[in-house]
Amino acid sequence: MELIAKKSVNKNTNHVTIQERFRGIARKGSKLTWSFVRFVIIFGICFVILQPLLTKFAVSLMSEADLYDATVQYVPREITFQNYIDAFVGMDYAATFGRTLALSLIASVLQLASCTIVGYGFARFKFPFKNTIFMLVILCLLVPPMTLMLPLFLHFRFFDIFGLFEMMSGKPGINLLDSLWPFVLTSIFAQGYKNGLYIFLLRQYFKGMPVELEEAAYIDGCSAFKTFYKVMLPSAVPILVTVFLFGFVWQWTDSFYSSLYLSDFKVMSGGLGSLAANIYSSELSFISPALTSMMNNTGTILVIFPLFVLYLFAQRYFVESIERSGIVG
Amino acid sequence: MSKGKMLNKKGQGSKGFSLSLSQQRAGLGYLFISPFLIGFILLFITPLFQSLLYSFSNLNVTSTGYTLDFVGLTNYNQVLRVDPNFIPSLITTILQMVTKVPIIIIFSFFAASLLNQKFKGRGFARSIFFLPVILTSGIILSMETSDLLLSSAQQVAEEELTAGAMGSGLQFLQFRQLLFSINMPPMFINFIVLAVDQIYEIVIASGVQILIFLAGLQSIPLSLYEASTMDGATAWENFWKITFPMVSPLIIVNSVYTVINTFTSPDNEMMSMIQSTIFSQSKFGFGSAMAWIYFLAIAIILAIMSAILLKLVAKYQQ
Repeated sequence: MELIAKKSVNKNTNHVTIQERFRGIARKGSKLTWSFVRFVIIFGICFVILQPLLTKFAVSLMSEADLYDATVQYVPREITFQNYIDAFVGMDYAATFGRTLALSLIASVLQLASCTIVGYGFARFKFPFKNTIFMLVILCLLVPPMTLMLPLFLHFRFFDIFGLFEMMSGKPGINLLDSLWPFVLTSIFAQGYKNGLYIFLLRQYFKGMPVELEEAAYIDGCSAFKTFYKVMLPSAVPILVTVFLFGFVWQWTDSFYSSLYLSDFKVMSGGLGSLAANIYSSELSFISPALTSMMNNTGTILVIFPLFVLYLFAQRYFVESIERSGIVG
Repeated sequence: MSKGKMLNKKGQGSKGFSLSLSQQRAGLGYLFISPFLIGFILLFITPLFQSLLYSFSNLNVTSTGYTLDFVGLTNYNQVLRVDPNFIPSLITTILQMVTKVPIIIIFSFFAASLLNQKFKGRGFARSIFFLPVILTSGIILSMETSDLLLSSAQQVAEEELTAGAMGSGLQFLQFRQLLFSINMPPMFINFIVLAVDQIYEIVIASGVQILIFLAGLQSIPLSLYEASTMDGATAWENFWKITFPMVSPLIIVNSVYTVINTFTSPDNEMMSMIQSTIFSQSKFGFGSAMAWIYFLAIAIILAIMSAILLKLVAKYQQ
């Protein structure tokens, strides 16, 4: 009797293990299928993102003959750097690069500083009308820059602080256009391009950090400011790098504000916009669209190359800031 | 700086006369956000009212400044009832936005969930997904939309794709017919076809949204999933019962951001129209009126959209 019972138990356990094994195989199979599907999807999206970049790069290495040759796709027949040389001269690249770098650095560092302070204020202090004021931050994002364009232009054209300058000199304000002052002023006061977004991101990041850190610092006798820059800032480096990157890049490629405030002070975006016309207008009366496009692509590569290098260094922080910030509505 | 220190000293020194701790903290809070407040008043509200003023008047720039003549609603009348281009382009912009925003939201949520999973080369995939945020902004984007070679190259690629797929029956038109034949509502089909057609623009426009969704996904505690899996929930149930409700507030954030971003991007038809009216044609009052109507249209759409979304999210979270 006992033997039979034992046998049946044995059979039972055997049965279970086989079933489980099947289930395990099925699970493994579906996992494999999913990771394959995922790979295809991710590869596809990456291709969609990279294809225009690669096309631009390929076109920038082509000669004019390659453009009209139907057999040339993507890979130029013979690689030439003539376009780069032309674009380099046409954009006055070295000088433009220096100017744009100065402008972008100043604007993005100031924006980073002001937005960090403001974001921290919103994240960690309780004060009356806080939520209302935060809605105003969103409102700043919401109003199209076009609406404010003209008053700001006139404001900086005839810049004055409560009519003090006019009283002293009799002139209707100082002309701040064609200098970096409009950018400095808007950045200091967190009113630059998309600064509302930076404030939002920084606020969320600071909110996600543990309060105990600060409490410990307060108990040790730190003031609010000391706590802010000794305790909070060092642990917020990833998001700070992210915001700096955004600020720098969007200033670098911005054509709206730079064309509004600057006319003689040439920056990259303006140089790129008029590049093809600059180079060919002296030689040819009619510029073929293909030629224009080739030059534009070369110029674009020249403009985004520094950004690409910057991104290579900064993307580690960029990805890390995602992992650590707890953005919740 | 100095004001904050003063407050602090007061608080620590004479106890009878000092501010309470919460008042102190409130003062510090105002101090921290003061850059924004000053900027908001001087560089935002003031220009905003000025531009409202300009839209009701004729503005003439003279050598010593500018003069304003009040003309009432003439500019608005001109924009809305005389100008032949304004209303049609406003409607196209809005329609484009209405179709684009859901696609962007769905795509970025999908992409964020993909990038949130563990797989080899995740860091690399993430850096490529965020590349458009960096490399396709401002002037680069407007260069791209006007570029001839690039679009023709894309066309060739598309043609090759469809030509290659001809035999296998996966041609694009047939894909549409397939959707029709399985009795999908036409609205739905148009939506999908539009999404596939514009995949590049969608991917380019959804970098920041993916970032925000991804951060939200990361902030969901793993213990929730562990607990529900222990109780026998499948991955599908986990998604709808944990992931989606936890991230749904971010859908509002992202929709608002997407609407704002598509409306205020410099490659927008309306934006370039307003800019050329003001700066090339020097019609200052007229352009300001345009900008204001455009702004009001955005505000109304955003208000409707956030009201609907807030209700949906509240309903879902109950």
